[in-house]
Amino acid sequence: MAHYYTENFSKETSLKPKKETIDFLLNYSKALSVINYKKLQFESINN
Amino acid sequence: MDQNLQDSALVTLYLKGEEKALELLIDRHSQRIYSFIYSKVYDKDVAEDIFQDTFIKVIRTLKRGAYNEEGKFLPWVMRISHNLIIDYFRRNSRMPKFQGSDDFNIFSVLGDPSPNAERQLIKDQVELDVQKLIEVLPEEQREVLIMRMYKDMSFKEIADKTGVSINTALGRMRYAIINLRKLVEKNNIILTN
Repeated sequence: MAHYYTENFSKETSLKPKKETIDFLLNYSKALSVINYKKLQFESINN
Repeated sequence: MDQNLQDSALVTLYLKGEEKALELLIDRHSQRIYSFIYSKVYDKDVAEDIFQDTFIKVIRTLKRGAYNEEGKFLPWVMRISHNLIIDYFRRNSRMPKFQGSDDFNIFSVLGDPSPNAERQLIKDQVELDVQKLIEVLPEEQREVLIMRMYKDMSFKEIADKTGVSINTALGRMRYAIINLRKLVEKNNIILTN
């Protein structure tokens, strides 16, 4: 019977961003507001 | 919020102020985008930075109402991250990063000659102690020592300035050093760095 001479990759190597990064992005999104004035746009971070 | 909503619907909800929609979008695509970035840069910290910058750009574009690719959210985000990866490599080719390995560590050949904080403190203390000792020396010896050691003057210049012969200046310097040594011994002062 043929054998497969391959190894499984470790499942521990999860390629996901850190929770802190995600939290930062969600907080950034909540804090960022864009104000439109006539043809101008202003960004402000309300923290 | 319905987990099965399509990306375009989530984008629309987010544009209406529903922050949870962004959370779902990030959660849905984070692994794919992060893996894509990591597969190019092979550095977790750099991948993390580029991932963050990608979504900062996504959030800003969405909030400014400049997003017009409804239904193609993921390819759009991938394109942003792709551009940021290119920026990263451009920056790095101008300023290549050297990474040491176990076999060769750059710090074994490159040193920082400046003293560390502890040594600097000791050095300052020693210099202060020496200054105090010099204050105790007789006037003419102190004068010669300061001119020679601190002002870097030659004995000829010192002799001219103080109006004595070079031999006298040399003698005063010699006595200054002898007296300093005596003071160090007498007061048990450690003057080593």
